[in-house]
Amino acid sequence: MSVEPDAHRAQPRAVDYDDAIVKKFIVATLVFGVVGMLVGVILALQLAWWPANLGLEYTTFGRLRPLHTNAVIFAFTGNFIFAGIYYSIQRLLKTRLFSDALSNIHFWGWQLIILAAAISLPMGLTQGKEYAELIWPIDIAIAVIWVVFAINFFGTIAIRKVKHLYVAIWFYMSMVITIAVLHIVNSLAVPATLTRSYPIYAGMTDALVQWWYGHNAVGFLLTTPILGLMYYFLPKSVERPVFSYRLSIIHFWALIFLYIWAGPHHLLYSALPDWAQTLGMVFSVMLIAPSWGGMLNGLLTLRGAWDRLRTDPIVKFWAVAVTFYGMSTFEGPMMSVRAVNSLSHFTDWTIGHVHSGALGWVGMAAFAMTYWLVPKVWKTELYSVKAAGLHFWIATIGIVLYVVAMWAAGITQGLMWRALDDGGQLKYPAFLDTVLQLMPFYWIRLIGGLSYLTGMLMCCWNVIMTVKNAPAGDAAVQPAVAK
Amino acid sequence: MSNDANPSWHRKALEHRSALFAVLVTVGISIGGLVEIVPMYNIETGPETLEGVEPYTPLELVGRDIYVSEGCYNCHSQWVRPFRSETLRYGPWSRAGEYAYDHPFQLGSRRIGPDLMRVGKKYPDAWHWEHMRDPRSTSPGSIMPPYPWLYEKTWSVEDAQASMRAMQTLGVPYSDADIEGAGESMQRQSQEIVASLAKAGAKAQGDEQVVALIAYLQRLGTDGRAAIEAQEAAQ
Repeated sequence: MSVEPDAHRAQPRAVDYDDAIVKKFIVATLVFGVVGMLVGVILALQLAWWPANLGLEYTTFGRLRPLHTNAVIFAFTGNFIFAGIYYSIQRLLKTRLFSDALSNIHFWGWQLIILAAAISLPMGLTQGKEYAELIWPIDIAIAVIWVVFAINFFGTIAIRKVKHLYVAIWFYMSMVITIAVLHIVNSLAVPATLTRSYPIYAGMTDALVQWWYGHNAVGFLLTTPILGLMYYFLPKSVERPVFSYRLSIIHFWALIFLYIWAGPHHLLYSALPDWAQTLGMVFSVMLIAPSWGGMLNGLLTLRGAWDRLRTDPIVKFWAVAVTFYGMSTFEGPMMSVRAVNSLSHFTDWTIGHVHSGALGWVGMAAFAMTYWLVPKVWKTELYSVKAAGLHFWIATIGIVLYVVAMWAAGITQGLMWRALDDGGQLKYPAFLDTVLQLMPFYWIRLIGGLSYLTGMLMCCWNVIMTVKNAPAGDAAVQPAVAK
Repeated sequence: MSNDANPSWHRKALEHRSALFAVLVTVGISIGGLVEIVPMYNIETGPETLEGVEPYTPLELVGRDIYVSEGCYNCHSQWVRPFRSETLRYGPWSRAGEYAYDHPFQLGSRRIGPDLMRVGKKYPDAWHWEHMRDPRSTSPGSIMPPYPWLYEKTWSVEDAQASMRAMQTLGVPYSDADIEGAGESMQRQSQEIVASLAKAGAKAQGDEQVVALIAYLQRLGTDGRAAIEAQEAAQ
């Protein structure tokens, strides 16, 4: 069996790993997790109670929603991924990162981009493409910083002391390459002013390019790198080898090949040519197989460690994360089938689906990694295992409330939109009636979101206390030895 | 099965060769995108065109920029699906050619509010004027926020011209004369809206951003609808 995550243990511990950069990315992850989720809670409140738009142009739903999505995807998840990659890749390749300077340019550049996003989006400076709202000067900065990251990543691979690339690194690599391609192609635009530009694609072609980008931002930022992190941190957390090396090969190549085709499922029943819609649908359905390959490899790695599920919050977080990954990768293909999509599209069902992935898979994996990694890099024990356990339950209940409320809201509204009376006329001709029906669900969703945010804050407190209790003098100057 | 003593084919062939691995990943993730995007530029396989769809006027274009800037697409789609329940509610389903000059597209993904593809001429100008200032005055119970700043901020001709020049580069058929005459065109169109608002008792100057937004909204889906109806009548 493959036991790569532990391979370095047999070696002398002489490598001077850079854990200072890992710490920075962990702190940024937590800060922007709070910010992104807080904005999400405000948005949830705005839908239930419109005066929460505050009467200011900077705080309307239309301007804050892109801030929420960008913050949780690129700031929270982005920093989380970078922290995990920079920690694990050094251990897996038994070398320090390629360049400390590049690591720091990457870190500070990324945070500046986030700051620029946090200022520009509420000001209404946007390209108007979902999940790609940032204006063209920021887009250029993203491309530059991504290249810095890529050089640092491939440079580290080039100077590696381990001959082979462990499975986690395949997944990281697919992110580094694909996100660069997606971002650059989707952002091609002609500037009109310093803050405004127009994409070079028009109409349905722009829509296709955008959803090719949008869906694969999900695929290659919210899925593959986190599967990579799962392949490193989950076996580490349970001290067991990955279940199947062969399965990891098959599902990796299948996943990255199939994912890229699935974008048009966002445009079913649109004016997009039929052949493209059908491709999107078919490939989305096929995606179940490699997605579940990853889920099974994760869950079966936990096999034999089930006793720890009762006591170890890190194992709990992983188990739920992988389970939600499996659930949302079943739900997604199902929603990509035309018949289901005709009901679910444009409704809160989609919002629920995204959040079962984002809160359930990405968020829970981030917490699992954080609780494992923080004590490692600060060389101490987690301040409160009990609080981490409580966080687990609060977060899980929050997700369930959120997702169930959105299922109910989405199906309710979808059915009302399509309901016809005996005479073949609309049963609910007033659109507003279908909105007002959702208010109870919106309040439940708000409670779910608040629970999840509360858990996030508990995590921050736990990390702060852990770091405070860390042995003195543990600074970046001290060589960080493995384990 | 794989270990260092007895490496698998995958390990020997790929995991030991990082550059080849990266190349294969790049090839693997490129195929789907190429197969889907490239045919969009072929007349046979790309989006169908629709005779009679015109580019936005300068005022409408500025209105569209406001629509994008306020993030209207976060709550409103511009995409009527070909279902009876949708054509009854909104009007003819959306044709690809109707979006020909949309940079960026604004199809949207969530209907927190109703679809706006065919909102043009559905309500009088004064309805929009009231609605943007106080959504609940026209739609009791609405959860849309008010947009008072659109009545204070003004649009500018230079802005419209900058947009038109960029659009011209992208192939939108604006002539140099169109760009030159943008100011006149905007003046004329905004004053038409001012006049129609005045009839309803609303006092506007014409240079408010909301006037440009109204121009855009009142245009939405109208030439497409006319073209679709002409097409259907001919059949």
